[in-house]
Order: sequence, then structure tokens, then C-alpha cells
Amino acid sequence: MHKALLAALLAVAFFVPQSSSRAAEGPALPAQAWSFKGAFGTYDRAAVRRGLQVYREVCAACHSLNLVAFRHLGDVGFQEAEIKAVAEAYKVKDGPDDAGDMFERAGRPSDYFPAPFANTKAARASNGGALPPDLSLMTKARKQGPDYVYALLTGFKAPPAGFSLMAGMNYNEHFPGRQIAMAPPLAEGALTFADGTQSSVSQMARDVTTFLSWTAEPEMEARKRLGVKVLLFLLVLTGLLYALKRAIWQKLH
Amino acid sequence: MSKPTWTNPVVRWIDYRLPVFTFANEQLIEYPTPKNLNYWWNFGSLAGIVLVIMIATGIFLAMHYTPHVSLAFASVERIMRDVNYGWLIRYIHMNGASFFFICVYIHLFRGLYYGSYKSPRELLWIIGVLIILTMMATAFMGYVLPWGQMSFWGATVITNLFSAIPVVGQSIVSWLWGGFSVDNPTLNRFFSLHYLLPFIIFALVFLHLWALHAHHSSNPVGIDMKGPQDSIPFHPYYTVKDAFGLGVLMLVLLGFVFFAPNFFGEPDNYIEANPLVTPTHIVPEWYLLPFYAILRAIPNKLLGVIAMFGSILILVLVPWLDTSRVRSARFRPVYRVFFWVFLLDCIVLGYVGANPPEGYFITVGQLATFWYFFHFVIVLPLVGWLERPRPLPDSISASVMAGKGKEAGHA
Repeated sequence: MHKALLAALLAVAFFVPQSSSRAAEGPALPAQAWSFKGAFGTYDRAAVRRGLQVYREVCAACHSLNLVAFRHLGDVGFQEAEIKAVAEAYKVKDGPDDAGDMFERAGRPSDYFPAPFANTKAARASNGGALPPDLSLMTKARKQGPDYVYALLTGFKAPPAGFSLMAGMNYNEHFPGRQIAMAPPLAEGALTFADGTQSSVSQMARDVTTFLSWTAEPEMEARKRLGVKVLLFLLVLTGLLYALKRAIWQKLH
Repeated sequence: MSKPTWTNPVVRWIDYRLPVFTFANEQLIEYPTPKNLNYWWNFGSLAGIVLVIMIATGIFLAMHYTPHVSLAFASVERIMRDVNYGWLIRYIHMNGASFFFICVYIHLFRGLYYGSYKSPRELLWIIGVLIILTMMATAFMGYVLPWGQMSFWGATVITNLFSAIPVVGQSIVSWLWGGFSVDNPTLNRFFSLHYLLPFIIFALVFLHLWALHAHHSSNPVGIDMKGPQDSIPFHPYYTVKDAFGLGVLMLVLLGFVFFAPNFFGEPDNYIEANPLVTPTHIVPEWYLLPFYAILRAIPNKLLGVIAMFGSILILVLVPWLDTSRVRSARFRPVYRVFFWVFLLDCIVLGYVGANPPEGYFITVGQLATFWYFFHFVIVLPLVGWLERPRPLPDSISASVMAGKGKEAGHA
């Protein structure tokens, strides 16, 4: 009985603080069926590609991706030539050269995604005072991150009657305070996917969320793969140790 | 204890000059241990192993980490992304901290349940309390190093506690910060101390073990070993039992590392520290939540700080607050009930600490804080005086023979 009681108490002790530490703000986030969920989940490669396209053609206008280098794309199935092509599409500031001048050159795989603004002041000045956050870690930096990003991108609505929306703000029930400076970024057919997929708002939101989940946790696939092996090994080892313990203690009884 | 004669000439040569082999034989192999320890006794050695894991992973993290306010966050992300298996090392270190506290808290509550702190083990217990205090300081400073939002604001809130000290409070806070806010000097010294303190913990653990080995382990029935029939050598019996326990711990710890590495963390700490933006709820790591709840339960800041530190320091007095002559709660029907109530109280405090101080959380937090101190100051001495303990068995050996079935169920 003690054992059961203690187990229950421990369960409460460890699980409760997590779920309760943020008072619910807005409606609950609907849980989406992500390809990368679960112990064997992986990033849907096609979705990552489409997500990169959404980031480059939509998000990148305002949001940086400072922690991600072009070469990292190799981890999610991009070939070297493709990575080079993505990198070369960007102008990167380099220097100083031998004359002491800074110069621009085409991006290389070793470069990081260039930020759209030179600094946070410039970013605020171009966005009505609001700072578009860096997206590299976004899905890790929010509770239920991927579900949150998806809900936010698809959650723009007309404000309910009586809601006073500040000038330049947009109503989004999943954003804390329900008003967000970002205008609805995704519109039906805003871009043409290279693989011919219909570019509905939910499709684009889903794909860019998959892409951003990869940028937040690029190690996830390697981590889960290694984890399965390690836990299987430990399970066998611990089983053997238990048998050994029983055998050795047998002599006492 | 038989003095071994070493057959290997090299071993004999060394042992004559520096008797490490004799020492290891006495303290790790033949070391007489009560034969009736249950699995709750595993958590001391598990905590020790987690300490070693923390030091080992920490040394490698320090090779790649940069303690500077403008570089710290990015250097941690570099570890996660570009250092070979950096994510593994960091996630083990991050989750290892939580598991260190899980092991130590279970170890502590085991001591409370079985009265392990009673004579002659008072110093052993007090050294344990010092270890927990040092662990908390170490963990707090370690949490600051990634320089996320919770790192920064947690550091600001906790260091500000010292400003409650009358007259010199504000000066002490500036001295701790090395400036007028949490900034680069703070981060630098926290890094330095975070590297130093684990070795202090290590030294304290050594003293803890020294004191333990002076009078040997207590045990679930709480009576002393009276002869060879009550004890078994540490090796192979407890080495194999500890090895099995370690396997189970690793399964759970690495389960989190590989499949839910951020379970114990706050998402806000993946946002780089920004002194201009305060997070909605500043919460410490889960293992500090009960103490955070005690701090906030008392409306007066100074008294709150005193209560918070007092809630840990009062553990030092437990060997004298508990007036019962019987160690184990197994023979103390009244104390046993209060033990579970106290454990529940600590969990309630943790729950309250995780939530914003609003509405009924305030009342619940204050009641739970009251009970926390009431338990130590009133319940422990009174129950010790008034309770009629059940009769103790004649010896460990007798209790093992009598309660074979029960023993297995209890473990």
C-alpha cells in the first residue's frame, strides 16, 4: 500500500508543476498529428522543404533564423548542390578585404541565414515598434511549441464585439493578450510550392511549423535513434543485473 | 575484520607504503552492512553516482561554453548544434540536475521515515543538510549560465532576496552582482562558482561517507547490528544491488534525456535573456518550488527570506527535535501518519510554488508553510513524547526471519 501511495505522490509531485505553471491564456491548443511526434517520429522531409520555402518567401521578410546555417540543411536530406543553391541566393556581408573594405558576396553553405534587419532597432522601426522574434528556437520556447505556432498562424480572426483592439494590432486568440502586431502572414495561394502541393493556409502553417521544429531541435532524429538503442541495451543490462542480484542474494535466504 | 595478505608483490609493495588496497577491502568489500536494507537505501549511492555524472558532463560543457552575456546563449546553442554529441552531454547535465535532486530528496525522506538521523548519526545527517544547501546553490547558478529569460530573471529574483537584510541588504546585493544589476560580472562569477561548488559537494560527500562508515548504515527496523549474524559484507551483496538500482535509474534518466529532454525545463529559457522584458511568471526549477512557496507565503520580505532559509536549516535540528527513542517509523504508528502528511505538505508547497500567488493559492501556501514548521517544531517533539511505539524485534536477524514475506513486499 505504501508503495502505491508513494508512487502516486511522486507522480503528482513531478507532473503537476509542469502542467500548472502557466495559467491558461486563451483557448486550449489543439494537439496536431506531427510527423516528428512520438519515440520514433521523424521530420517529414517534404514538409521541411515546403516549410523552408514558406520561411524564405514569407517569414524571412521580418524574422531572422540566426542559429541555423545553410550546411545544417544536410541533416534533413538536402543534397550538397541544393544547399549551395539555397546559400547562393543570399547576399552575405564579409570582410574586411585586403584594402580594409567590407564587401558583399554570395552565400556559402557555412554561412548562417542572414537576418532581415541589421539590428533590433531597425527591426522595430520597420514593424511599427514591434520586434519580430528570431524563429530558430520558437517551437522550443513556447509551451506545446509546434501546436502553438500552428494555432497562432491559423488563429487570426475578427475580434469579438466589444474587444478593443489597439491601432496596428491584429486579433489572435492564441497570442497572450489576444492582440499581436504581426498581420496574418499566410494567405490562400500566397506562394506556389515547388512540389505542386496546394498552398492553403493550414498547409503552409503545418509545413513551416515542421521546418521550425527542425530548426529548434535539429538533433531530434539522431537523439531518438540513439535513445532506442541505449534504452534497449539498458533494459537487457538491468534485467541481467536483477537476475544476478537474485542469484547472489539467494545464498542468504 | 580479517587483514588480507596480498599475494601480488606489486600490490603488497604499494599496500605496505600506502594501504589503499587494505582500505578499499575494509570499506568497500568486507564493510559490514545490515542485511535488511530495502531499496530505499539505494538512493544515497545513486545520488553519489549522479554527482560524478554531473561533474564529468560539466567539465566537457565548460570546454565549449562562453561565460559572457552576449555569447553565453549562442555558445549553449552551439553545443546543441555543432559540438559532436553536445546535445547529449548538455541534456544529460540538464536532466541529471533534476535526477540528482530526485535521488537526494528520496534519500532525505528515507532518513526522515526511518529515523536515520538519530544518535550516533547526527553529524552524518547535518553534513547531508549541508550537501543539499550546496547543491541548491550550485543548481541555481548552473541554471543562470545558459542566459535564457528564466536564467536572468530567476537570478534577479533570488539575488534580490538578500536586499531584505536590514541596513546592508542593498550593498550585499550589489556585491553579489558585481554591479548594479545582474550582468556580465554576475554571469562570470556564477560560472566560476558553479565549477567550484561541485568539488565542495564532493568533499562533503567524502565526510558524509566517513561519518557513515564510523557507525555503519542504519536500517529499516532501526536497531543496531549486534553481531555477524545481522550483517553481510558490502560486496557482493550491496554492490550488485546498487548496480541493479543504477540500471533502473539510468533507464529513467536516459528515457528523459532521449525522449523528453525538456520535460523539467521552462520553455522561456530558450528565449535569450532580455533585461527589458519580464516573463509573465518567474518560476525556479521544480526542485526549489516548495521553498519558493514558503518565501512567498509570508507577506513580509525579510521574514519570508528567513522562513525560506529556515525551512532548510531547521533540518539540522531534527535529531534533537525528534524526541522518540525509536528510530524507525515502522514501529511508530503515530509518527508514520505525520510523516506521510508532511510529505504531502511538501508536495502541496511545490504545487503552490509553481503557480502565481493569486486567489486560493495564497491561503493554501500559507497553511502549508505553517504545517511545514509545525511538523518540525511541535509534531516531532510531542509525538516522540506521547506516542507508544510498537515493540522492537530482538535483532535485525530476528526481524528478517520473522517478517520474510512482509520484507519482500515492503521493498
